[in-house]
Amino acid sequence: MTKWSRFNIVSVVLGFGFLYLPIVLLVIFSFNESKLVTVWAGFSTRWYAQLWHNQALLDAAWVTIRVGLLSATCATVLGTLAALALVRYTRFRGRVLFSGMVYAPLVMPEVITGLSLLLLFVAIGFDRGFWTITLAHITFTMCFVAVVVQSRLLSFDQSIEEAALDLGATPVRTFFAITLPVISPAVFSGWVLAFTLSLDDLVISSFTTGPGATTLPMKIYSQVRLGVTPEINAICTILIGVVALGVLVASIVTKRREVQRERDERAAFAMVG
Amino acid sequence: MAKIASAFVSRLVIIIPYAWLLFFFLIPFFIVFRISLSQTAVAMPPYTPVFDLADGLSGILEGVREFSLDNYIWLTEDVLYFNAYVSSVVIAAVSTFLTLLIGYPIAYGMAQAPRSIRPTLLMLVILPFWTSFLIRVYAWIAILKPEGLLNQFLITIGVIDQPLIILNTNWAIYIGIVYSYLPFMVLPIYSALEKMDQTLTEAAQDLGCTPITAFWRVTFPLSLAGVVAGCLLVFIPAVGEFVIPDLLGGSETLMIGKTLWNEFNANRDWPVSSAVATILLLILVLPIVYFQNVQAKADSEGR
Repeated sequence: MTKWSRFNIVSVVLGFGFLYLPIVLLVIFSFNESKLVTVWAGFSTRWYAQLWHNQALLDAAWVTIRVGLLSATCATVLGTLAALALVRYTRFRGRVLFSGMVYAPLVMPEVITGLSLLLLFVAIGFDRGFWTITLAHITFTMCFVAVVVQSRLLSFDQSIEEAALDLGATPVRTFFAITLPVISPAVFSGWVLAFTLSLDDLVISSFTTGPGATTLPMKIYSQVRLGVTPEINAICTILIGVVALGVLVASIVTKRREVQRERDERAAFAMVG
Repeated sequence: MAKIASAFVSRLVIIIPYAWLLFFFLIPFFIVFRISLSQTAVAMPPYTPVFDLADGLSGILEGVREFSLDNYIWLTEDVLYFNAYVSSVVIAAVSTFLTLLIGYPIAYGMAQAPRSIRPTLLMLVILPFWTSFLIRVYAWIAILKPEGLLNQFLITIGVIDQPLIILNTNWAIYIGIVYSYLPFMVLPIYSALEKMDQTLTEAAQDLGCTPITAFWRVTFPLSLAGVVAGCLLVFIPAVGEFVIPDLLGGSETLMIGKTLWNEFNANRDWPVSSAVATILLLILVLPIVYFQNVQAKADSEGR
């Protein structure tokens, strides 16, 4: 075991400082009494209180949450299917194109994805609004789900699936009885990832939205353009809090399930042995 | 019978996501390309369709004759677009290099950390990725402003007496991109370094290499796959970045993502924005295909 040298400790600490300091400052200044974001004038929660009276903002938050829940759920189903297709079917016609279409959205600039989806919706005459944003979010987040689930499937011991099939279970039954329980932590973190990506998205939503469907990032963006205000800091802090809580719950659930699974496996081996 | 049914079900596993991506990801690009060849019109939607599938074959042939490269010619005539493409690629390249410079030591330090705290460190790198991109960019405005926190701090400790002008310059864009994309660089490098056999560097040092030579001749080449993946994950989206140049950059900063956005939202010129997008895609097609190959190779190795 090599020693963790001073150089390594310093670079990790500085790196994390760089990653977290701006977020911490933003949270601190959301509790600032003064309207000036950069001058501290005492602790206050007045900006949070003000948010509750901003009806347009609350409406936008509600739209964002509905889009997020719906799109994350659909994206998780589609992304899990895509991951299964990539891992379990190593040869089918058009596989290269398929894997390309799964990986490309991960790096595709959002302006291109947004514009192309908008033009698709216009071409097929689909009314733009809540549903078009949701469809767009499903499309780009399913690829992230696919990558997360795929990496879990790759480290999966296929022999237990084969055992189930040999014992006469149908592939569908095998999937729900064996595969899904094992990959469920990855499926769950895929869902959380899809949900936060959807919650977050500004560019694709702005292109695909229509009248009446404004999401929270769009609202924040239009206010940010007018300048930095403590009210925006307050919304951002709430969003960060929600996401941090979600990630915390997700990681605890995942950890628990993994511990449980290991215990079950040990018990099973003990029975066999 | 059951066999046929299950074969059908297993086909569906492929067919459903395949069809979805074809319809919502691939076909839209063809629509973008088609509209980039059409004329701008004052209407809703603001362009004249080149052809309609309902017209049948003769209609399509008619339409093909009406294809016009006007929008592309327009892009070459106005030097603004050319400059925007060049400066997007340059800014993305510089930022990618800076991200690598900052991200590599972090990844290296993490990979050397005691095994027990590595999962925590990994979680800490991933966590900012879950918080909003827009929020993280916004946080920098208050820091980089002339009367912002960074300048206040530097003036208080006496390093400078005049505030530095950082916001609305290219430096702010570099900082924004490095900051936002840092986890994408750290994660692949970390996973490459973590898999590496530590005894290799020890062997090199036993054979007389200095730690620095051992790093350049052994460690770095072995982490190259991670470095390449990280650079592509940063470079490709950064070229088309919109939020960062819009919020942190100045009015003189030209980036193509912002140009496309303005063309589309302010000028309502859909055919020209489609042409801008098509060329951006052409510039990025090689790095994207390369990224897909890297990714597919990593998957087959994971098998």
